[in-house]
Amino acid sequence: MVVQTPNGFNLDDSGKRIVVDPVTRIEGHMRCEVNVDDEGIIRNAVSTGTMWRGLEVILKGRDPRDAWAFTERICGVCTGTHALTSVRAVEDALGITIPDNANSIRNMMQLNLQIHDHVVHFYHLHALDWVNPVNALRADPKATSELQQTVSPSHPLSSPGYFRDVQNRLKQFVESGQLGLFKNGYWDNPAYKLPPEADLMATTHYLEALDLQKEIVKVHTIFGGKNPHPNWLVGGVPCPINVHSTGAVGAINMERLNLVSSIIDKCIEFNKNVYLPDVIAIGGFYKNWLYGGGLSSQACLAYGDIPENPNDFSPEQLYLPRGAIVNGDLSTVHDVDVRDPEQIQEFVDHSWYEYAEKGKGLHPWDGETEAKFELGPNLKGTRTNIKEIDEGAKYSWIKAPRWKGHAMEVGPLARYIVGYANGHEDISDQVNGLLRTMDLPVDALFSTLGRTAARALESEYCGRLQKYFFDKLVTNIKNGDESTANVAKWDPSTWPKEAKGVGMTEAPRGALGHWVKIDSGRIENYQCVVPTTWNGSPRDSQGNIGAFEASLMNTKMERPEEPVEILRTLHSFDPCLACSTHVMSPDGDELTTVKIR
Amino acid sequence: MADIETFYDVMRSQGITRRSFMKYCSLTASALGLGPAFVPQIAHAMETKPRTPVIWVHGLECTCCSESFIRSAHPLAKDVVLSMISLDYDDTLMAAAGHAAEAAFEETIQKYDGQYILAVEGNPPLNEDGMFCISGGKPFVEKLKHAAKGAKCIISWGACASYGCVQAAKPNPTQATPVHKVITDKPIIKVPGCPPIAEVMTGVITYMLTFDRMPELDRQGRPAMFYGQRIHDKCYRRPHFDAGQFVEEWDDDGARKGYCLYKMGCKGPTTYNACSTVRWNEGVSFPIQSGHGCIGCSEDGFWDQGTFYDRVTDLTQFGVEANADQIGLAAAGAVGTGVAAHAAITALKAAQSKAQKTPTEPTNEEA
Repeated sequence: MVVQTPNGFNLDDSGKRIVVDPVTRIEGHMRCEVNVDDEGIIRNAVSTGTMWRGLEVILKGRDPRDAWAFTERICGVCTGTHALTSVRAVEDALGITIPDNANSIRNMMQLNLQIHDHVVHFYHLHALDWVNPVNALRADPKATSELQQTVSPSHPLSSPGYFRDVQNRLKQFVESGQLGLFKNGYWDNPAYKLPPEADLMATTHYLEALDLQKEIVKVHTIFGGKNPHPNWLVGGVPCPINVHSTGAVGAINMERLNLVSSIIDKCIEFNKNVYLPDVIAIGGFYKNWLYGGGLSSQACLAYGDIPENPNDFSPEQLYLPRGAIVNGDLSTVHDVDVRDPEQIQEFVDHSWYEYAEKGKGLHPWDGETEAKFELGPNLKGTRTNIKEIDEGAKYSWIKAPRWKGHAMEVGPLARYIVGYANGHEDISDQVNGLLRTMDLPVDALFSTLGRTAARALESEYCGRLQKYFFDKLVTNIKNGDESTANVAKWDPSTWPKEAKGVGMTEAPRGALGHWVKIDSGRIENYQCVVPTTWNGSPRDSQGNIGAFEASLMNTKMERPEEPVEILRTLHSFDPCLACSTHVMSPDGDELTTVKIR
Repeated sequence: MADIETFYDVMRSQGITRRSFMKYCSLTASALGLGPAFVPQIAHAMETKPRTPVIWVHGLECTCCSESFIRSAHPLAKDVVLSMISLDYDDTLMAAAGHAAEAAFEETIQKYDGQYILAVEGNPPLNEDGMFCISGGKPFVEKLKHAAKGAKCIISWGACASYGCVQAAKPNPTQATPVHKVITDKPIIKVPGCPPIAEVMTGVITYMLTFDRMPELDRQGRPAMFYGQRIHDKCYRRPHFDAGQFVEEWDDDGARKGYCLYKMGCKGPTTYNACSTVRWNEGVSFPIQSGHGCIGCSEDGFWDQGTFYDRVTDLTQFGVEANADQIGLAAAGAVGTGVAAHAAITALKAAQSKAQKTPTEPTNEEA
C-alpha cells in the first residue's frame, strides 16, 4: 500500500524488507529497515535508535556547575560540545557574562572540535562507503603520485615511493588473510566507482588522518587538560593566562600559545592540502550519484554558533548562521526562537515514551516523559529478538522533534543551506567555488554528496575562524587583559531561588540545545534536544518522516542484500545515537510533567 | 594457534625493517617504564608470539574510550590495528554492517575460541529486559555474554565497563551494570577513567602481547603499573600543597602562578591514575596542569561523591582536617606530615563513601 506523508514522500512497504542492525561506523547503536521494489529502489525507510541512557534524569538534583561534566559524557565523539552548551545554559539562567578571553578560548575549542570531528568522520567513519581499500592494491603508485600532485600540488607526501610503501603494507595486510576492520566489507560491489589510484590515495589519507587527528585535539588538551572530555567552567574557562610572570608553567603562557598556533596551522594545511581536495576528487567520480537529499531541499534548521562577543547570541553576531527554511523556499530564512513554546516541540507517537495527552507535541521546557517499550502488532520476532520492526507503532528510543510542525534536517549541510540562503559571505563564496570547480548546479547540494561536501567546506571555514580567535586572544592579552573567569556568581548563595536558561551550539552534527531549570541551587529539570534527535527522528503524529528516513527514499541499491548505499547516506549525517536518545524516568512515575515557565 | 601469524612476521611482511622493529621494541620498553635490558626480551616476545584476535563490543557508552584509543602516540593506533592485534570486530570502525558484521563476529568467536581478547566499551543495561541497548535486534547483554564465553580474557575499557559510569549514576534508570557483575567466570582487567589515557590503553595491550600474561592487578582489578598511585602523589603542583599555597578562586593570582587546586575541589588526593605522570595526548597536559581540579573520573562512583568543587577533606563531621589551610600549614611546618595527611585522606574516603550511602546529600535524594 502506498501512503503519502504530509512532507511529501510516498511510502510503500510492499517490497522486500532489508534489515541493517547494527549500523556500524557510527557513534552508538542504530537499526535501519527499508523496503525495496523489484528494481532495488528503496520505497520505505525506518530508522530506529536502539539505546537509551537517561542522563537528564540523572542530572536532577545536582549542582548546575557540575552539569557540563555529566552532559559532556553524552558523547565522546563530539566531546566538549555538550559541555559548552551546558555552561551556556547555566550562564543564561544565572545572568553570567564570561570574559572576552574565555569567549575566544571556548570558540577555538568548539571550532577545533568541528575540524577534528569532520576529519575523523570523513576518513574513519565515512570514507569506506566511497573508497575501496582492496581495489587500491591494483593501483600504479606512479600514477597515484601524479593524481596526488594534480589534485593537491602543495601536499608534501606525494612521491611514487611513498604510495608504493603504503600499498605494500596494505598488500601484506590483505594477503595475511586477517582483514581485521576490512573483514566482510562489500569490496566487489559495483557501487564503488573509484579507479585504483584514487582508492590508494584515499586509503593513504585514511592513515595520514589517523595520525593527524591526535594532533588536532591538543588544543583541547592545552585549554581543557585532556581529550576526549576536556574540562570546562561555568563563568569562563578553567585555564588561567600568565604570559609575563613567575609561575606561568601552570597557565597559558607563550609556549602554550605557540603550540596552539602550530596546531591551528596544521589544521589549515590539512584542510587545504588533503581533506578538501579528496572530497572534490572522490566526489568527481560520484557526480552522477546524487541520491540522499531527503529533507535538505525543503526543511533545514540551524541555531547558529561562534559568537563574536561573550554570551551574545543575536544572529548577526554569530559566525555560523542561524535560521530555518521550510517548504523548500530558500528565499525566506525564518528566525528561530528556542524559548518560544510554539516553535520546538517533541512528539512521541512512534517513540518508546508516552505523553498524558496522545498526539501532542511538547516544548522542552514542558517536557513530559514516560518510558513505554512496546512493539506493534505487525512485529516479526519477539520482544527481545526483533526480526522486523512495526513502524506503524512505537519503534525508536529517539523522540521526534519538530520546528513549527516540520521535520527538519540539521548539520553541516543545513547550516550551509541556511547560510547560502541568507547570503552569508564566506559560506556563499565557498559553495559557489565548489560548485564551479565540480561543474554542478546548486541543486546538487541536496544530496548525500552535498552533505559530505558541506562538512569539508565547514572544516576549512572553521580552520580560518580558529586562527581569527587565536589572534583575537593574543591581541587582547597584548592590551593587558588576562582575565579568563567571571567568579561573581560562582557561589550558589548569590543565585536567585529559581532560574531557567537555554544554551545553544552548533555541534558537528547540527543544532544542539540544552534547557535547564534551577531551584534552590540545584537542577530541577534538564532537557537536551540534540542533532541526531532531529535527523534520526521517527515519524510524528501527522506521519511526517524524519531526515534519515527521507534521505533513503527512492535510492537505487546495486545489490539490495549489501547495504552500501544505505550506509553511505546514513553516514553522511554522521549519526550519533548516544546523543540522540532522550529523557525518561525508570518507572514512568517521575518527571511526568515538568513545567519550567 | 598455528594458523595465526606472529607479531614480528606481520611487521616484517608489512615492510617494516628489523631496525625499525627494534626501535619499536625500545619505545615500548620505555613506554612501560622498563629499562633497556628489557628490549631483547620484548623483541623475542614479539618474534615468537602470535597476533591476538580482538573483539571490541560497545554497550551503553559515549565512545570516548575508542576516541581516546585512536589518540595513542606510542604505539600509534594505526600500528596497533594494522600490525599488533587483529581487530576482527568493532562496530565503531569496521567496514561491514548488519548481517555481514554479525557474521564477522560469529566467525571470530568460532575460529579463535579461547584465544581472543574481548574488549568491552560501555556496559549492559538490565532493566526493560536489556532492551535499553539493542544490537542485532537483541539485548546487548546477550551479545556480551556470548562473546565472553570463548574469550581468553576481558578488558573493561573505561569507567562504564569497569564501574558503570555516568548512566549508572543515581538513580541509574536503566540499571546499567559493570561487566564484572555480568561476567563472573573470566579474568577481567579494568582500565578505568572517563576515558582512560590513550597510552595506558595501548600500554595494557602491549604488555599482554609482550609478556604473554595479565598485568599485575590491584584489589579492584586495575593494572598496578598505571593505577598504583594517586594523581596527587606525583602531581607537579604537590610542592604548593605542601607549602600551603592554594588557588582560592578561579583565575586568581594563585591560579596564574600554578598553585595547588585542592581547595577548588581537586580529587587528585583520592584518585588512582597515571594523569600526572603519563599525562594526556602525548604528554601535552593533564587536567590540573590546565587549571581545573581532577574530577576523579577513574574512581568507582565518582559521579555520586557530591559536587566536583567541594574539597575532598572538607568533612568536618569526622573531626579531621577541618580545612586545607591547616593541612598546608602543618605540612609546611614538619616534613612528613604531608604523608600522614594522605593516609588520613585515604581512610576518610572510605568513610566518606560509606557515609554517603545514607541519603544526606541533596543530589542523592532519588536514590
